[in-house]
Amino acid sequence: MKTHSTARLTFGLGLRKPHYQDFLAGDGPDAVVPVDFVEVISENFMVPGGRPRDILRRARARHAVALHGVSLSLGAAQGVDLDYLRTLRQLVDEIEPFIVSDHLCWTGTAGFNSHDLLPLPYTHEALAVACANIGRAQDILGRSLVVENPSSYLQFSPADWSEWDFIAELATRTGCELLLDLNNVHVSATNHGFSVVDYLAGIPMARVRQIHLAGHSQGRELLIDTHDQPVADPVWALLAHVAPALEDVAVMIERDDAIPPLPELLAELDHARALCHLPARMEARQWA
Amino acid sequence: MGLSAFQDDFRAWLTRSDEQAADRLALADRRGLAVYQNTYRAQLMACLEESYPQTMALIGLRFGEAAFHAAAARHIDSVQPSRWTLDAYAQGFPASLRRLFPDAPAIGELADLELALGETFIAPDATALTLADLQSGALDETAIALVPGTVFLPLRTNADAIWSALSAQEPCPAPHVRGSADTPVMIWRQDFVCCFRRLEDDEAALLPSLVTGTPFAQICEDLVARLGMEDGITRAGALLARWTQAGLLTRQP
Repeated sequence: MKTHSTARLTFGLGLRKPHYQDFLAGDGPDAVVPVDFVEVISENFMVPGGRPRDILRRARARHAVALHGVSLSLGAAQGVDLDYLRTLRQLVDEIEPFIVSDHLCWTGTAGFNSHDLLPLPYTHEALAVACANIGRAQDILGRSLVVENPSSYLQFSPADWSEWDFIAELATRTGCELLLDLNNVHVSATNHGFSVVDYLAGIPMARVRQIHLAGHSQGRELLIDTHDQPVADPVWALLAHVAPALEDVAVMIERDDAIPPLPELLAELDHARALCHLPARMEARQWA
Repeated sequence: MGLSAFQDDFRAWLTRSDEQAADRLALADRRGLAVYQNTYRAQLMACLEESYPQTMALIGLRFGEAAFHAAAARHIDSVQPSRWTLDAYAQGFPASLRRLFPDAPAIGELADLELALGETFIAPDATALTLADLQSGALDETAIALVPGTVFLPLRTNADAIWSALSAQEPCPAPHVRGSADTPVMIWRQDFVCCFRRLEDDEAALLPSLVTGTPFAQICEDLVARLGMEDGITRAGALLARWTQAGLLTRQP
């Protein structure tokens, strides 16, 4: 087991508009929000100029930055959008993020972008497509991509792979690293009835560079990955479960809707710190 | 089914609820299909709401609160997003509003204005010239241009006054069509703040030529040619002071 003395864990928050003033106001060390990094949605800053780029530059002057994309469409059968990747590369070159991530999903087809993270069938063909797209993206970006497991509301039959085996194989074939979203694991496991233990056992933890923690909502029949609630207890339990295996990982709270005052998110982040620093004590917890 | 055909069928379900396409998806369980469709439409609706807040307010005042969302829903039914940036989806909405509200031209023009403001907000950065830069004489042969993102809208209605009133939460003036000889409205960004105003006659004749860059000396000569030596020089000084104070001018890149 690794403890905090041997495992380098950092803790951060998603930087969202209601908290810009908190993160950017004032001078001196006392004015800096106590996080190790911030994560921003890449596309919000892939613009020519103006206030968005200024905000990101100022945030970068204070914090390490992770760029988290939603439009790379790694599962698109037609391939990745080169215009998108070149624009992202320009942002990467300027901001020098420590992580560049996107999702294992597809967002559109030729001439169409849904602006949603759509589910992939876990077939041999989809694996080959995703590997080729990740390879292309990594070539253009000049760095390893960090790929996030999605939340999903559909399963396709027949599938050639479980999601966790698909992701592990993807990492092996492409050299990409992984963003393990524990809320997504919980949501998908609940919706599809698979075991979170099997899932986490199948993920190569040595490839995990980032952990997302978020809240979800109960839909009429399915759990929905809404990011509008505090992190739920079953998700905290998953963090406690994986914490001993984490090394050089950035852990963060992802809140995108019904965003509370910053102190509430910092308190959640403190809870994440506590769970990661006390893995032996928390390991015994059970989740639903 | 291959991945490409699968994604085409998924798109058909997402955008037009094509049940036959959904049947071909080989789903273990169809309950989640509606989640994706709801998210797709909600994202586009939110994009239009955020891009056109004053247009939404004006439509609400004139046609009732549900009218904007009904118009947005019809736009979403007929126009699919094609670009990776969600902001680009807002670009086609003014044309839809013109079709949906043919007897209310201020609505389409207010949407034009909001779209232009949104695009100017993220235009490339540039260092604005000061009056001292111009007075130094060092720029006589330098091509002067308008800061990036500056656009001219030929608004026939009082959409600009409507935007100002609604954004200040003041009573909305009655929409009306202005005189045909009206000058355009110029939209630009000063530092990080978007601005707009209706141009005066001589500005309307001069400023559009600066989009592509004009030597400073040529600008002065044009004003003298229009207004005569004495008035032209005086007016040139006043306009250049006004434009530089507004952060409107930059060196041609």
